[in-house]
Amino acid sequence: MTALLFLILFPLIPAVLLLAVKHDGARGVITRLAVGVIVAASIGLPWLMNAGLPVYFSFDAEWAGKAMFFIEIFLAGLIFFLGLKYKHYLTSVLITLQFALMAWYEFSLSGTVTIQQHLFLDRLSLIMAIIIGVIGGLICVYALGYMRDFHDHHREMPDRRPYFFFVMFVFLSAMFGLVFANNLVWLFFFWEVTTLCSFLLIGYTKTAEATANAFKALIMNLGGGLAFAGAIVWLAWSGGPLELKALIASPQAMVMIPVALLCFAGITKSAQMPFSSWLLGAMVAPTPTSALLHSSTMVKAGVYLVLRLAPVLAGSYVGAAVALVGGVTFLLAAFIAISQSNAKKVLAYSTVSNLGLIVTCAGVGTAAAVWAGIFLIIFHAVAKSLLFLCVGTLEHRIGSRDIEDMDNILIKMPTLAVMVLIGIGGMFVAPFGMLISKWAAIRAFVHAGPVMSPILILLLAYGSAVTVFFWTKWMAKIMEVSVLRTGHDPLEDAISYDERFAHWAHTVLTIGVCLAFPLVSSQLVEPYVAEVFGQAAGMEAGNLMLTGIMVALILILPTIAFPYQRKAGYVFGTAYMAGLNEYPDRMYDGSLSQRRKATLKNYYLAGIFGEEKFMKVGVLAGTCLLALMLGAALL
Amino acid sequence: MAYFKKSPWLIHYDGSSCNGCDIEVLACLTPLYDVERFGIINTGNPKHADIFLVTGSVNQQNVDIIRNIYNQMPEPKVVIAAGICACSGGIFAECYNVMGGIDKVIPVDVYVQGCAVRPEAIIDGVVKALAILEERYARAKAA
Amino acid sequence: MKTIAIGIAYVILAPVIGGLLVGLDRIISARMQRRVGPPILQPFYDIFKLLQKKTVVVNRLQNPAIFCHLFFMIATGFLFFEGSDILLIIFVLTLSGVFLVLAASASGSPFSHIGAERELILMTAYEPMVLMMLVGIYKVTDSFHFYAILESAKPLIVYLPGIFVGFLYILTMKLRKSPFDISYSHHAHQELVKGIMSDMSGKSIAMVEIAHWYENVFLLGLVYLFFGFSPVLGIAAVILTYVFEILVDNTFARFRWELAFRSAWLVALVLGGGNLIALYALMGGA
Repeated sequence: MTALLFLILFPLIPAVLLLAVKHDGARGVITRLAVGVIVAASIGLPWLMNAGLPVYFSFDAEWAGKAMFFIEIFLAGLIFFLGLKYKHYLTSVLITLQFALMAWYEFSLSGTVTIQQHLFLDRLSLIMAIIIGVIGGLICVYALGYMRDFHDHHREMPDRRPYFFFVMFVFLSAMFGLVFANNLVWLFFFWEVTTLCSFLLIGYTKTAEATANAFKALIMNLGGGLAFAGAIVWLAWSGGPLELKALIASPQAMVMIPVALLCFAGITKSAQMPFSSWLLGAMVAPTPTSALLHSSTMVKAGVYLVLRLAPVLAGSYVGAAVALVGGVTFLLAAFIAISQSNAKKVLAYSTVSNLGLIVTCAGVGTAAAVWAGIFLIIFHAVAKSLLFLCVGTLEHRIGSRDIEDMDNILIKMPTLAVMVLIGIGGMFVAPFGMLISKWAAIRAFVHAGPVMSPILILLLAYGSAVTVFFWTKWMAKIMEVSVLRTGHDPLEDAISYDERFAHWAHTVLTIGVCLAFPLVSSQLVEPYVAEVFGQAAGMEAGNLMLTGIMVALILILPTIAFPYQRKAGYVFGTAYMAGLNEYPDRMYDGSLSQRRKATLKNYYLAGIFGEEKFMKVGVLAGTCLLALMLGAALL
Repeated sequence: MAYFKKSPWLIHYDGSSCNGCDIEVLACLTPLYDVERFGIINTGNPKHADIFLVTGSVNQQNVDIIRNIYNQMPEPKVVIAAGICACSGGIFAECYNVMGGIDKVIPVDVYVQGCAVRPEAIIDGVVKALAILEERYARAKAA
Repeated sequence: MKTIAIGIAYVILAPVIGGLLVGLDRIISARMQRRVGPPILQPFYDIFKLLQKKTVVVNRLQNPAIFCHLFFMIATGFLFFEGSDILLIIFVLTLSGVFLVLAASASGSPFSHIGAERELILMTAYEPMVLMMLVGIYKVTDSFHFYAILESAKPLIVYLPGIFVGFLYILTMKLRKSPFDISYSHHAHQELVKGIMSDMSGKSIAMVEIAHWYENVFLLGLVYLFFGFSPVLGIAAVILTYVFEILVDNTFARFRWELAFRSAWLVALVLGGGNLIALYALMGGA
């Protein structure tokens, strides 16, 4: 238990230190050391626990509960005040309602409830903790270099880095708390801290747009928090269990309403369809924030909760509605991603889309579906974080985050370009993880029931086809080379060591997770699924071997084929331009003997897959499905 | 063994001509002559072609293009000048903008006469060109 | 062991069968146009000649990508006939396709670039139908494996008529037949100067062409699955399908990409989706 408390509380120390320290070098030292400790502790958890998983800890935590309630009062006051100050009154209203519910619970209901086990660690928590510790930690290291560059590029913005790093580490602390909490009231506390942290991070630059989007995120997540508080009050009032473990084990009919409310909270946090806009708005924040929100924290908290509830959702109408919300989100977000050329927006929509798939898995709630969902979380966290970090660095180097400007980076920044390619490959192509998880999801959906199965299969079939389109065209853009190599390009050297370290670590992880996939499955995911569902899920040995071989091949083949061509006597020529002469940099002799530049742009199919159109459809469909979900719970 | 004789792929380029020869080139593809019998394909892409078949003469506008197409064809390759304009400039030879036959720009291997050149003659020219192509391949291989 | 032998036999024989099929295709097409057409071995002559040509590349990335395209195409077919999970195999096929697109867009030629984009659109267009087909097959036979599906001896065509017709529709895309040959076509004279192949030459074309032969045989293997309960019927169906595709090829004008894309999705939704829904309604959800 000490290890869990250590992971929750330790990040607060560097957080406070970083808030106080203004010196850049000292900040670097503290951050790197702290991240080192967090990474070591999160990976070492199974050994530190010194006990078989899962373990539940019961102890007297009167004081902790009280402390949390006081912090909650403070935070509620803060949010209330901020809402008034920036004239986002809905924020103040939501926080008041939420606080009223919690106060009701604290003062009148909590006496009747006894909560034995406050903290726990099972294999899903362990997986989440490792993701938070490793990926989140690496992002903090990356932020050292990135934020320095960021303030060099944006001199007009106030340099509030101490505050930034403070919030980052608090965020990690809250996330650890969130995945270790068995006590729903504690879970709720950490849940609200992450909401607040993401609000502060999104609004970091204090521009009008950032503030507006930060409030958008805050309002939507407070809505989710309100549902969460509602669930707690309902459970306490109706005498239901306030512990996660007991809640999952409860018969469906008993707890359907609070479970639906909790799912609602999870859906807002994981930016599913009616609420997707907050995550897209969050793109205004500096890249480490986006990376953190998208890969290891925040949205993953949302899907974590829904995935936890999967056993209760299985086969119920609420579960069906949750699965449909996820499925519709998966499809529509992928549609919209086609029409985007802003790299960060493509990443954002793809996150929304993939989270949709995870939520669908949770909604289906069978052992196989949950197995797929957990792997989606793992692979998505690693690959998406890698992509965000690369795009962030690219943006500072080439001065654009538009995919159309990413041709020739293979010449200018070869290492980074290959990393982006690996990241994209990790997102959608066999044999990398995301695809394998998608494969497992399809297999799970086949058994989702006579009505749900065909619907989910259709959503998935169209959605994954579209996924191939928007990722491949990005890769294709990176493959485009029109300038000649002119010796060593200094662009890549300018990347800071912290950023480079984070890139390399992520790249190794992206490939490493695919190679270690059988191990992760047999040691962590399969036992978890077996323990929760009492039945086995996983992949046949033959398929496991096959994917392993393919991962190796896809790394080896290009490296063999690349030098071979020189030996084979290939000669270099110019590109075909309908007989016109071509010169370096894709210049050609145009009409009237003018030398012109040819530019190539990707297809965006905006007429078919427009953002506006599908966002509207998504909000409408999502809202209806959520209404259905809550309705189904009440019946 | 070389396979150029069995699979000659051809790119046709029309310089400045009256289009008479071009029609005859296309006539070779029609059921009457059906050059695909011999594996001949009219590719339209220099990078795929073995034979560069030019009709019409060279002028100031197309000189670069002829050179470019020729350069983009991978070795081994041959050039056929089909029709009198391609051979020498023909009746356009004296025009202010015409530079003359194709051999003013790139090395021509086979000259096929006629105004307009007859399909039989074109096919005959291609057959001649194939012998050169094979020889060129053999020489390159030996070297 | 026996299945691995069949897989290896595929790797060796598929180019022979694929090449002969293309040769046959060219003769039949020629006869439909009242021509004589080339000898049946013409595709092989073409490949041998291409291997003797010099290979010109625009940049260094092109050929490794084409090589991977070929390799994973062979892997697709090998795994299919070896009896691996077809769902996984379809993703290997996608991987192979992705490499082709990357190879084409590496060159920087506008023709090649548009070819690559259209190829991607085609991939997006046919993918839903392929997935639905596999799920349909799984629903009926409870397996994703070639031999297990055959052993189940279920007449798939009876259960999956809509899916089969939908598959024929997208098969035209995969075989690169008109009206869907918008990214590259095996016909000589066409728009986009052969699309994705614009900037390939010599060995590169040979590799793409051989990959296409492998793909054709694999696709016909999928057709065979629908009639696998009776081998005679299966082979007859495969031949008929191929002739039918040739007929379609010679009787249709090329579609625009919008029409190709929209119609493929609509066909998949109506025939594929409809068939799936009916299947689940009749067979239950287990």
